[in-house]
Amino acid sequence: MSVLVNKNTRLVVQGITGKTGTFHTQQCIEYGTNVVAGVTPGKGGQLWEGKVPVCNTVAEAVKEHGANASVIYVPPAFAADSILEAIEAEIPLVICITEGVPVRDMAEVRRRLFFHNTKTRLIGPNCPGIITPGECKIGIMPGYIHKPGRVGVVSRSGTLTYEAVYQLTQRGHGQSTCIGIGGDPINGTSQLDAVRLLNEDPDTDAIIMIGEIGGSAEEEACAYIKEHVKKPVAGFIAGASAPKGRTMGHAGAIVSANGAGTAEAKFAAMEDAGVSIARNPSEIADALLKIYKG
Amino acid sequence: MNIHEYQAKRLLEEHGVPVPRGYAAQTSQEVDTAISHLSDDDMIVVKAQIHAGGRGKGTFTDGYKGGVKVVKGHAAAKEAAEHMLNNTLVTAQTGPEGRKVQTLYLTEGCDIDHEYYLAIVLDRETAQSVIIASTEGGMDIEEVAEKTPEKLIRVPVSPTMGLRHHQCRQVAFALGFSGDQIKQFTRILTGIYKMFWDKNAMLVEINPLVTDKSGNLIALDAKVSFDDNAIFQHPDVQQLRDLNEEDPKEIEASKHNLAYIALDGNIACMVNGAGLAMATMDIIQSFGGSPANFLDVGGGANEDQVTAAFKIILSDPNVKGILVNIFGGIMKCDVIARGIIAAAKNVEITVPLVVRLEGTNVEAGKQILRESGVALTPADSLVQAAEIIVEQVKADA
Repeated sequence: MSVLVNKNTRLVVQGITGKTGTFHTQQCIEYGTNVVAGVTPGKGGQLWEGKVPVCNTVAEAVKEHGANASVIYVPPAFAADSILEAIEAEIPLVICITEGVPVRDMAEVRRRLFFHNTKTRLIGPNCPGIITPGECKIGIMPGYIHKPGRVGVVSRSGTLTYEAVYQLTQRGHGQSTCIGIGGDPINGTSQLDAVRLLNEDPDTDAIIMIGEIGGSAEEEACAYIKEHVKKPVAGFIAGASAPKGRTMGHAGAIVSANGAGTAEAKFAAMEDAGVSIARNPSEIADALLKIYKG
Repeated sequence: MNIHEYQAKRLLEEHGVPVPRGYAAQTSQEVDTAISHLSDDDMIVVKAQIHAGGRGKGTFTDGYKGGVKVVKGHAAAKEAAEHMLNNTLVTAQTGPEGRKVQTLYLTEGCDIDHEYYLAIVLDRETAQSVIIASTEGGMDIEEVAEKTPEKLIRVPVSPTMGLRHHQCRQVAFALGFSGDQIKQFTRILTGIYKMFWDKNAMLVEINPLVTDKSGNLIALDAKVSFDDNAIFQHPDVQQLRDLNEEDPKEIEASKHNLAYIALDGNIACMVNGAGLAMATMDIIQSFGGSPANFLDVGGGANEDQVTAAFKIILSDPNVKGILVNIFGGIMKCDVIARGIIAAAKNVEITVPLVVRLEGTNVEAGKQILRESGVALTPADSLVQAAEIIVEQVKADA
């Protein structure tokens, strides 16, 4: 049933007592997510909003409350440390919403993730989160624009994804799982990783990939799509009009001075992989529905 | 964040890297002082300090050629400095409008034997630092990578292990160093790696790193840029920021937590979310229009921010139309609409304004816009919005 999150997900919120943590936890609980605990060091023993037990450490949340996923709403200076703590506590899924994490910190986190046999999958940082409509919402996306269905969505963006999802929902096609991998240059889960998850999911019949300028994540995903994905795939790349050498909002959205990471190159990779391409953001759902009838 | 060559060299020096003796100057008097420290009998290098490369081959707007001059003695140095200071230098990287040179760097010359290339970058693909070095210094490293890749050595450094001495030796031998040079090079590389890592740099580039006629290694040029996300941890780096090198609109925008980048078109946009903002610029371009800016108001889009955004947009004389595209997710469209209306009343908007709202409470938001009495065109879809604004700007032209 979809990927990564579902009605069996038991979520711990790191940073639950902060303003952002509190607001979005309320929204997620309203949506139906099972929030079993929160972590704010020093506030262990308290009850957040009279509902959710607060722990001092992530390990406690796992031991006392069976948390099997974590979401992080912690300021940039401390976000990497929070991720490392969750990895130590062997949480299988960690989602870091925080924008502005120093790139060096993420280089260290990646080292920890991939060279030390961890059990953890990290999504983000600087991401909107992940949602399996109707079952579990982790992050800051508006729940109501989604509907349960069989189209998987992976994206580096937030609001641009909501546009695409809204289009799909309005045309009667729901989503299996939407994975926001985030806009940073060094992150936990790449386009390729997410596409692979959706490709291997028996409850996902079609995939939408939304990318941006910068790096080579979309090209790598397209190489995988070409070889291994038989499900219909549609895609869009934002930033065709961006100038070289400037970061366009997202730390990872930059065409380098030597011309690497252009939208053009990514569209070409998509074309080569047989992905149905939307040339403008209003046509993302239509690009899929041209090749997928549901 | 970028810094000037003279600032980069100071940092390098603090980390044990030999650099030529040099002095920064921002006034005629400071130029005289700088020159007095340098020998009248030897070569002096006068260098324009701007955040752009290609200075040597650049031309000033009054016709004076060269932003890096190697001259002999005090009088020639003074003459070069007078031509450069407060003049505007155009290089391959500044754009045709060029950059005003407000600081010069005067250094002693160097008897160069050979020029090398040495850099450290944080590579996003492998999430590691990478040492890049070549025997082909003083030229465009991209060209070297393309034409003679065998002359480039890349050594990845583990973020958790750090730079090991055997890696420094590996590079030193690859560059053909011998004897005491190995020790010198190890000291230099260790020093710049420490600076790179400790100060959250994204790039440290020494091009060229030279050997002089005695075989000693000296850094003749230096370029350092820092991760903007980490600057808050380094107040000493913050001090090095040169606001004169930044667009005043971008400086203003960052004060209001708006991500803004000036472009050279005439249709301004205001959007929530970086991906959506890029896509909005793209769609304007696809309809034959030309975006004037990138602007992400972020998750808030409250009245104050929208007002600040309008003011910044309208301070650009090129702007002939504005497209506001907001997807209200957690943010409600009626709240956004009220913010836009209030802002439009705070700032005199004299150009066509198209507003496209979508998401939570969109009908209420559209109604508020309709009933507001503010001169704007509502649009239902992003395609429609882009079509309309491009039309309206063309019609006005």
